[in-house]
Amino acid sequence: MAWTWFHQWGSPKWFYLKTGPLLPWLAVLAISLLVVGCVWGLAFAPVDAKQGNSYRIIYIHVPAAFLSLAGYYVMAIAGAIGLIWKMKVSYIVMRSAAMIGAVLTFVSLFTGAIWGKPTWGTWWVWDARITFQLLLFFLYIGVLALQNAFEREESANKASAVLALVGTVNIPLIYKSVDWWYTLHQPATIKFTEASTIAPSMMYPLLVMVIGFYCFYGLALILHTRKAILFRERKSSWVKELLV
Amino acid sequence: MNQSSSMMGVFVATFTRDLLLAYRNRGELFNPLVFFLIVVTMVPLGVSPDPTFLAKLAPGMIWVVSLLATLLSLDGLFKNDFDDGSLDQYLLSPQPLYLIVLAKVLVHWLVTGLPLTLIAPILAVMLSLPGPAILPLMLSLLIGTASLSLVGAIGAALTVGLRKGGLLLSLVIMPLYAPVLIFGASGVASAAEAMPYVSQFAVLGAMLAFAIIAAPFAAAGALRISANG
Repeated sequence: MAWTWFHQWGSPKWFYLKTGPLLPWLAVLAISLLVVGCVWGLAFAPVDAKQGNSYRIIYIHVPAAFLSLAGYYVMAIAGAIGLIWKMKVSYIVMRSAAMIGAVLTFVSLFTGAIWGKPTWGTWWVWDARITFQLLLFFLYIGVLALQNAFEREESANKASAVLALVGTVNIPLIYKSVDWWYTLHQPATIKFTEASTIAPSMMYPLLVMVIGFYCFYGLALILHTRKAILFRERKSSWVKELLV
Repeated sequence: MNQSSSMMGVFVATFTRDLLLAYRNRGELFNPLVFFLIVVTMVPLGVSPDPTFLAKLAPGMIWVVSLLATLLSLDGLFKNDFDDGSLDQYLLSPQPLYLIVLAKVLVHWLVTGLPLTLIAPILAVMLSLPGPAILPLMLSLLIGTASLSLVGAIGAALTVGLRKGGLLLSLVIMPLYAPVLIFGASGVASAAEAMPYVSQFAVLGAMLAFAIIAAPFAAAGALRISANG
């Protein structure tokens, strides 16, 4: 009986109706955090001694990179829930998470390249963290590609859930890549991977941005899932009632 | 007792059947090896024939090419069984699918990974890899290609029902190969520089141990999904 609440979320209709009232709150929270973080970070945080103003891209780059990793877990856990409890909604969440995660990974890579040009003097370095981030992007692309390759939706969902779960073995490697790669490959060179050396005046706006990105991620995930639910259930009576 | 003997029985039966099939189509066995040779030949042509440069390139190059050769051969791992209906028999049989998959992967490794390992010294010499690194190269390929076959089986199982699964298989599995490639190639590179390489090989071994336990389960689950269309 205690599990009823859990299984109710497996119903597309329930998910759609229950997440509706949450949206305005989440939207207000996400937008206000992002606006505060952006203005604080871009206008009021001090100029970096070595990098000048170019470091300010950190306020987009780091939150996007955080969420690209966290989003992989969201996708994999949603897939696992789908495989175990056979919930339709959970697969839809997984698909949405794959799409949003791929975009976020791309954003983190792209902003990293823009940041790399003025600081490292090159768009691209085969640094461990960057390379693994690229691999993460390929993992997302693989899940999306497998999803599209199947004709039957059920097989597509299950197959991409299995792939997402198998891919999780790479995620700890991405976290740990900096330590492992350099101890094996070449002696550590000075890189901007040490987050602890950041000044508090630069870190607080970053924290605001990270929390803002988390809220925004939740918002985007729910919106994307709701859209997919409406499309999937477009022939059912409750959607017709709702929209007409 | 009876149970376990029948479980061993299904493993041995699948193993001998697949090995026999591989032997009957032995022309196909050479394809990955020839591919391996041709790609390695392209490297000095395309990059540089300078021996010192090639020696630096050799560990990674041999590893990447053996990865590609494994990927190319993986497409057929479950394909014939899927096409002729044997796969449905496997799924219906009371014996664990895990063992059947493990037997098939073992045969796949015996006919691709092991030959690749055995001809690797020739390529190492051609790419002027230092002599003391050749044995570590073989050892790393011996352990590593087994992991590649096991992990690749998951991709092969996921894409077996698709009409154009080959390219998708590579796309899906390649990111998962990255850890094996990193530790394999860096171990050989360390050996070439006369540095200790035991830690990398220990990680390769750990990956293989984990892959033996987990990968056939995932592949078996994927086969059940694929068989349902």
